[in-house]
Amino acid sequence: MMKRKLLALALSTMLMPVAGAALAQAGKISGDVVKIAVLTDMSGVYSALGGKGSVLGAEMAIEDFKAQFKPKFKIELVSADHQNKADVGSNKVREWYDTQGVDMVTDVLNSGVAIAVAKVTTEKNKIMLNTGAASTRLTNEDCSPNNVVHYVYDTYALANGPGKAVTKQGKDSWFFLTADYAFGHSLEKDTSDAVKATGGKVLGAVRHPLNASDFSSFLLQAQASKAKVVGLANAGGDTINSIKAANEFGLTKNQTVVGLLTTIVDIHALGLPTTQGMMFTEGFYWNLNKETREFSRRFFSKHKGMPNMLPAGTYSAVLHYLKAVQAAGTDDTAAVMKKMKETPINDAFAKGGKIRDDGRMIHDMYLVEVKKPAESTEPWDYYHVKQVIPAAEAFQPMALSRCAAVAKK
Amino acid sequence: MSRRVSIAYLIGLGLLLLAPMFIYPILVMKVLCFALFACAFNLLLGYTGLLSFGHAVFLGSAAYVTGHALKVWELPTLLGLLAGTGAATLLGWIIGSLAIRRQGIYFAMVTLALAQMVFFFFLQAPFTGGEDGLQGVPRGSLFGLDLGKDINLYYLVLAIFAGSFWLIQRTIHSPFGQILKAIRENEPRAISLGYDVAKYKLLAFVLSAGLAGLAGATKTLVFKFATLTDAHWHTSGEVVLMTLLGGMGTVFGPVVGATVIVTLQNELADKVGSLVTVIMGAIFVICVLAFRRGIVGESLALYERMIGQKGR
Amino acid sequence: MTEIFGVPIQALFGQLMLGLVNGSFYAVLSLGLAVIFGMLNIINFAHGALYMTGAMLAWVFLEYLGVGYWWSLVLAPLCVGLIGIAIERLMLQWLYKLDHLYGLLLTFGLALMIEGLFRDLYGVAGQPYSIPEEFAGAFNLGFMFLPKYRAWVVVASLTVCLATWYMIEKTRLGAYLRAATENPKLTQAFGINVPLMVMLTYGFGVGLAGFAGVLAAPASQVGPLMGSNLIIIVFAVVVIGGMGSILGSVVTGLGLGIIEGMTKVFWPEASSTVVFMIMAVVLMIRPAGLFGREK
Repeated sequence: MMKRKLLALALSTMLMPVAGAALAQAGKISGDVVKIAVLTDMSGVYSALGGKGSVLGAEMAIEDFKAQFKPKFKIELVSADHQNKADVGSNKVREWYDTQGVDMVTDVLNSGVAIAVAKVTTEKNKIMLNTGAASTRLTNEDCSPNNVVHYVYDTYALANGPGKAVTKQGKDSWFFLTADYAFGHSLEKDTSDAVKATGGKVLGAVRHPLNASDFSSFLLQAQASKAKVVGLANAGGDTINSIKAANEFGLTKNQTVVGLLTTIVDIHALGLPTTQGMMFTEGFYWNLNKETREFSRRFFSKHKGMPNMLPAGTYSAVLHYLKAVQAAGTDDTAAVMKKMKETPINDAFAKGGKIRDDGRMIHDMYLVEVKKPAESTEPWDYYHVKQVIPAAEAFQPMALSRCAAVAKK
Repeated sequence: MSRRVSIAYLIGLGLLLLAPMFIYPILVMKVLCFALFACAFNLLLGYTGLLSFGHAVFLGSAAYVTGHALKVWELPTLLGLLAGTGAATLLGWIIGSLAIRRQGIYFAMVTLALAQMVFFFFLQAPFTGGEDGLQGVPRGSLFGLDLGKDINLYYLVLAIFAGSFWLIQRTIHSPFGQILKAIRENEPRAISLGYDVAKYKLLAFVLSAGLAGLAGATKTLVFKFATLTDAHWHTSGEVVLMTLLGGMGTVFGPVVGATVIVTLQNELADKVGSLVTVIMGAIFVICVLAFRRGIVGESLALYERMIGQKGR
Repeated sequence: MTEIFGVPIQALFGQLMLGLVNGSFYAVLSLGLAVIFGMLNIINFAHGALYMTGAMLAWVFLEYLGVGYWWSLVLAPLCVGLIGIAIERLMLQWLYKLDHLYGLLLTFGLALMIEGLFRDLYGVAGQPYSIPEEFAGAFNLGFMFLPKYRAWVVVASLTVCLATWYMIEKTRLGAYLRAATENPKLTQAFGINVPLMVMLTYGFGVGLAGFAGVLAAPASQVGPLMGSNLIIIVFAVVVIGGMGSILGSVVTGLGLGIIEGMTKVFWPEASSTVVFMIMAVVLMIRPAGLFGREK
């Protein structure tokens, strides 16, 4: 019985071709196909941030690349849902590398998943352009500069803007509501550092599970702390729900709620009346200049929503990767990584962007404040850009890096 | 009969020895881990009549302990496996002694609830990495063989599976196994015959937990991580499904069930997305309503009906 | 602000109130489980999924049909009850002669199907359901902030529990029901349609779950996973209380909710496990449960 099953299994799986691994000599494109994979949250609590938007960003990048460079090699795009589970994500990616000949993985939002995927990527010597996950661990404790690029934003960049700006307004005691996994922990730590560096103090934190259904008891703890600021070290649906519950329990009357990872998608979901005056760091705003507006309108026509920094960053990352493959004439990991690090990034997402030795891509970030309803003149007109944080200041300086591979040099 | 069975074993083993040349080895290893898990579970459900709805917690605890032992304590691979299995056995003893105080449906609910408690412990305990899981567990090496290579690891996993399968076989056919079956058939009778039923149940529970732990420990080696999924009640449900689908109380049933379910999930995950859960649920319902002996049980029944008239 | 045991009074009462709210859900759900178990001898694993179905239906009614909260509070439990009746007629009734475990397994499969279906349709992220206007805002009691809606949840749940208790213990229908539970064959012999009663009991039991689901919708996120996390706690509640009495399950449910709330104040790390720990202790000293009889 068992044998018959196994035979059937053998036939049904039909000798998955061990494509990619065999022919990765320099100067060649393995299997004549450059295969890009988008691993993201398609149906969960973060799906509105990346998800289908990220896939669309990658598609647009491939489209633009083909139109501009007329490449000789074929480009394929695959995508999958990691359900915010590290095991699902890393299994999927391992299978992609082993049996599907995937060359590069992008998006990978959710830091827990991203750290797991980064390990597989390093082991298999492929490339991961992380545009979704935030934890600074990806370029510090868990760094892998030869295989992993942290492209769009990270918890250091998110923490610094509001952490300093809000504390300087005299709101100098903080309490955190933290998503209980790698991302939340990083964001809480980096914000605490920024708050303390500006002379504020941190009174405590409460951890909540990812995709929590009811935030009321956590908010009561935040309320009891009597901190002036409640920092939300969470994202996506969790941030939206925290802010709603904060309103329900009257928290907003005496305390300021700061969503540390908030994007335009969340503001759109909550509406300006609830969110006006909030300050946070964004890596992209559709209404910055002509190029961003053009890109965003194109995106909007297909997605029925403006892009936040995740799809925009995924677009940029895929485009930059393809250009590097074109220039190197190969999809060999080392050669492509070298090209990507050499070439500055100039597109709708970033101007003068650069990938550092530790794998951190640095570019300008924006400290934004949400407009009052009366100030908004058109749909999706939500932000005052208070400050452009230059690339050199936005991200953690190399000197502070905890990345072993870089420190050795 | 027994000669035919041993030939069947040998052919099965031979096919498994060759399998990684044709099939993605990680997938076969996953099947083997879950097959072992299901066989361990079957020892309890199929041969003792105890439905534990929290068996994933043994898989998970062993996975974490093995992961921790290999990654943080940097123990050799075999010791890591042993540590994980030992932890699951101990946990099995604790949960088992509590759970056997109730019977039937209550037993199922108690195991489920206790498993959930341990799950929350894993969620919060620092050494598990919470939602992130325990990542990057090294596989190490064995007798100079680098287990980092999938193919080397495969034969270790196969050896573990074959050894455990043999152990379960022996247990079932030993006097101890006969007593377990007696308890399953008629507990009051077993008591009246003078058997200390509670002791036997506990022993079966601990053995099953330990073997489930071995499956979890092996799984950590294969995937190089241990996560909360291993300890989640969904996984507990899955192992019930594998055993039920394959045929509980049959030797090969759980292996067949695990093979079918893991392959199905692997094949369907990309095609139908979250409908996989619906399909799993539907298989459950169909099995309970119309197919209670499972694939192996029904096939055996059919086989016996066909040749049964002639006598044996 | 005043403090008790070093905890601000506002936080203390706030958590107490939230505990009471959770406790009311435990009570309604474990009541439904107890009623079903009494009649069918089946542990209904699908209870959590049907609770979730109630909430999702309310959301779907509002989102696609414009049906408001109050209508949903009536319609959604009815629909869930009808689904229950269909389940009983099509599947459960074939299992009564078998080991009780098959009922658990079947309903577990159903729970997976229902959950998977809603996941496929609406994703796992929660959908917002706004609080009905009548209950928007909160009472400011001075020492604490009491959201009106949460107060309503407690009142509504307790009313339903008491009504159920009254119906089963004090009415003629209830008497038939109790008789059928004790001795179905004899009851049938007296000319009472027992299969019909079994069917209605299951429908009513899961209808209660659907009702709890609608109540929960505005208080938390409406999502496919809301039921499965709750049902295991409710199982523990049932084990602690024992299946014996209706009031027993209500009291146990409320009590455990409050204990859980208090744990959030004094030992937050243990708040998700405290119910299970209590269960372990109860098992050791009184295996049949606080209000249970060994069957």
